[in-house]
Amino acid sequence: MEKGSPRVEIGKPKNINPDELNVAEAARIIQLKESSQQPLPDPDNWLDEELKRNVLVTTVDAMLGWSRRYSTWPVNFGLACCAFEMIASASSRFDLSRFGMDIFRASPRQADLMIVAGTLTWKMAPVLRRIYDQMAEPKWVLAMGACAISGGTFRESYSVVPGVNRIVPVDVYVPGCPPRPEGLVYGITMIHEKESKSSVAEIRGHDQRHS
Amino acid sequence: MTTVFNVEYAAKKIIEAFPDSVAVVVKVAVVVNSNSLYQVAEFLKDTSGFEFDYLNNLTAVDYIDYFEVVYNLNSLEHNHSLVLKTRCYDRNRPVVPSVISLWRAADYQEREIYDLMGITFEGHPNLKRLLLWEGFMGHPLRRDYL
Repeated sequence: MEKGSPRVEIGKPKNINPDELNVAEAARIIQLKESSQQPLPDPDNWLDEELKRNVLVTTVDAMLGWSRRYSTWPVNFGLACCAFEMIASASSRFDLSRFGMDIFRASPRQADLMIVAGTLTWKMAPVLRRIYDQMAEPKWVLAMGACAISGGTFRESYSVVPGVNRIVPVDVYVPGCPPRPEGLVYGITMIHEKESKSSVAEIRGHDQRHS
Repeated sequence: MTTVFNVEYAAKKIIEAFPDSVAVVVKVAVVVNSNSLYQVAEFLKDTSGFEFDYLNNLTAVDYIDYFEVVYNLNSLEHNHSLVLKTRCYDRNRPVVPSVISLWRAADYQEREIYDLMGITFEGHPNLKRLLLWEGFMGHPLRRDYL
């Protein structure tokens, strides 16, 4: 502030008669009282807004695809070392719960997705097929790792199935030995895209050769 | 720590108890004839000073001329170990006596060897394939299996 500038008193009105203030206040009160003889209506326009939001126009396919996509429950099928990467994917660091698929079901009847994680031997193959058959439609299969895709290093072996697609139809193949959890999560997002594009009319997993 | 039992001494004691039972003594193991294997195993398990009461591992090797069955024995009492071996030369029908009545751990191991090597363990109560399925042709860990 410059030296010698006039001092201003803030907040103190000048030359106002207190009586005038009282009169003005009374006038405002009387006016408000006269204009407030009827109660204000309760705000109910939000009801209309909610109604607007609740009426969605979509297709059944899109809605079912959306709901399937966000509640894909995988069935436990860890066969070999890939299973540990699958477990890591479900744990806190990679956190499959982000996609609504944190519940690894022990029962195939409650599952939508079978992650075949590891080497499939011929002795295990009937079990895999049986669990696949027990899963309810619609169902998806993800082949995880080199062994599940093609038999991997054991392809020429006497006891290993050279690729689980000999037993069940496979939707997504995730390569790696074993794949990192990021890879598995990427494969699962591809499964999600398939789910959101699937149709109600489509019968999935119907394998003429086996059933 | 587990000490390795003196192989020469073990062989000497076995020969004292069962003459003609030891085929050859190699650097790390006593190789006995298969027809006296059970008596030797029983002797090694029950004789004080040996007391090999624990069968660590039981496996077999195909040396083309013969099969060699390997017993890795341990004593929890004395904390020492010994390798016992036996050989069977008949490729078409290799037979070894079962030691399941001495060590229960031999059960699955003998079944695995029967499955993959085709060695019959005489006296095993449930000798059938362990890893492969019934009806599998051949024994895949044999050197002549293709």
